[in-house]
Amino acid sequence: MDLRRANLRAAGHISGTRYVPFERQHPKRRIAESRTMTQTLLQTDGLTVRFGGHVAVDAVSCSFHAGELTAIVGPNGAGKTTYFNLISGQIPASAGRVTLMGEDISRLGVADRCRRGLGRAFQLTNLFPSLSVLENIRLVIQSRQHKGFGLFSMADSHTELTVAAMAILERVRLDNQKDLLVSELSHGDQRKLEVALMIGLDPMVYMFDEPTAGMSVDEAPVILDLIAEIKADRERTVLLVEHKMDVIRTLADRIIVLHNGALAADGDPETVMASDVVQEAYMGKELDHV
Amino acid sequence: MLTKFLSGDQPRSRALTAILLMILICLAGAPLLFDGVRPLDTAARICIFIVLVASYDLLLGYAGIVSFAHTMFFGLGAYGVALASTYMGRGFDALIVGSVAGALAAVVLALMIGLFSLRVRAIFFAMITLAVASAVAVLVSQFSGLTGGEDGLTYKIPRVLTSANRMGEFLGTRISGKILNYYLIFFASLALFLLLLRIVNSPFGRVLQAIRENDFRAEAIGYRVVWYRTAATCLSAATAALAGSLFAIWLRYVGPDTTLSFEIMLDILLMVVIGGMGTMYGAVIGATLFIMAQTYLQNLMGVASEATHNLPLLPHLLEPDRWLMWLGILFILSVYFFPTGIVGRLRERGKA
Ligand SMILES: Nc1ncnc2c1ncn2[C@@H]1O[C@H](COP(=O)(O)OP(=O)(O)OP(=O)(O)O)[C@@H](O)[C@H]1O
Ligand SMILES: [Mg+2]
Repeated sequence: MDLRRANLRAAGHISGTRYVPFERQHPKRRIAESRTMTQTLLQTDGLTVRFGGHVAVDAVSCSFHAGELTAIVGPNGAGKTTYFNLISGQIPASAGRVTLMGEDISRLGVADRCRRGLGRAFQLTNLFPSLSVLENIRLVIQSRQHKGFGLFSMADSHTELTVAAMAILERVRLDNQKDLLVSELSHGDQRKLEVALMIGLDPMVYMFDEPTAGMSVDEAPVILDLIAEIKADRERTVLLVEHKMDVIRTLADRIIVLHNGALAADGDPETVMASDVVQEAYMGKELDHV
Repeated sequence: MLTKFLSGDQPRSRALTAILLMILICLAGAPLLFDGVRPLDTAARICIFIVLVASYDLLLGYAGIVSFAHTMFFGLGAYGVALASTYMGRGFDALIVGSVAGALAAVVLALMIGLFSLRVRAIFFAMITLAVASAVAVLVSQFSGLTGGEDGLTYKIPRVLTSANRMGEFLGTRISGKILNYYLIFFASLALFLLLLRIVNSPFGRVLQAIRENDFRAEAIGYRVVWYRTAATCLSAATAALAGSLFAIWLRYVGPDTTLSFEIMLDILLMVVIGGMGTMYGAVIGATLFIMAQTYLQNLMGVASEATHNLPLLPHLLEPDRWLMWLGILFILSVYFFPTGIVGRLRERGKA
């Protein structure tokens, strides 16, 4: 396989908007890919966490399906980030279950959940600051290809990693900054890199936590376009925590509302936004950024 | 070719390259370049400490793990060779069995410490290593029947490697088994150093750097951080143990003071910091400088004290007994002026 072709393949151009995962042979993925569109990829059952007496996430039961982008909304402190932390495993749940593609992953650690197809981006930029932009992406692809325990080969001799990483950097338009340290990037570019890491992981479930927070008006569309591209892949599911109404309108297939940690509404965007609970509780203040 | 040997990690500074080459040439030619027992002994110590310090750099500089058990692993390797040579009798088989057993013991102990404590806070790991290292030091002095206690063990190594083995002359230098022994140490150290350099530049090494930078995120992109940290601890422990075995082969004596003491642990820390953490080459420069200072600072100060004997105060300050104070001052100055170590400083200058 020549490099150019590998390049295209990694970038997802060969098969249109849908990009071919490296681990075609991964059994779980193969099962996932053979199922139909409405297949449930991720499910939480009675997911709960208490911090002292405070219930931050309160018995949230919800399923997320392939080909769907679900916006998660709610006022500050509603428990959106904490819900994400429970799903991706950063915080152990007090009660409830998380199921990923039919497998109960509640007892798994963060890394194992990621390896099974859960990709989590963070609200606050969370990268490897004194490594180069390219190295950040390479690390993600290396993880996906399970090459981390290669002890005796030279990292830089793995050109397949570099090629795949460059393809992603081109996609997010960071290829010119590839040799900069992450700490030298602007905030907007760091947010782009955060999304690029997700693309590099190529998970079944993408979780974005306010991906455009703090970005300038002209930078945000790049990120939103990328998320739209991911969403166009009918086999993945996207969870998006977002405050900006216009973003939700253009991207979301479905909205769920968290309020004081509990699921307050769930449905298609028009219905949820028109519902009394949302109108009264949130539209007045939180979501009215339009 | 050279790139492959250095694992693509060139010195990246002309001055650094020159210094490293000079050290390499001096160490490679030590038996021919310098006369007498003391320079050869110093050179052998430098070789061994380069490996020991580099293996600590793998842990501290690349994986960001603070351990106080590094001399313990060094000691395990040394005692492995000493015990095998004592109880199996002199011979290469004893050296090999001792080295392998020492390295294995180091790996097992590192694995236990790692799995037990690396899950928790980093500080907890540091404290556990301190506790285990102290416990092992106490055990070694308690079981004096086996280990020779505080007196240590003196044993014989294969005759081929001793000065009793005379092999004629070469360029005016008498070639003895001692020189053969030196080259065994030199090439083993070189190989171990290049191996460490490869490991830190491997995919595994990159993961370690990622973990050092942001372990939370490393876990979130699918790396099981505990396993990587434990693996790094084991690798570093095994290499330290092998350095200890070389030390035991060279000295033909092993005692708590020369291999297990906390003082050596401090020396290693100083060497890593002076040379430059997370660079590997820092270990070469740190170890060379430190051991040269340790060996020759006293002489130098004696000379200086003599030379200034009719000046006020200076001769007192330059009294050879005060060499430790000067070493301390050198250390403080070097940390102050080269916070990224000598290697870091040279590379920055190269860039500017
Ligand atoms: N580790 C923790 N310990 C104690 N309390 C916590 C912890 N994490 C979150 N909380 C609390 O849980 C509640 C939910 O916080 P969370 O960060 O999930 O809100 P959010 O919906 O993401 O808000 P925002 O829109 O501001 O990001 C808050 O009251 C917060 O203070
Ligand atoms: Mg949040």
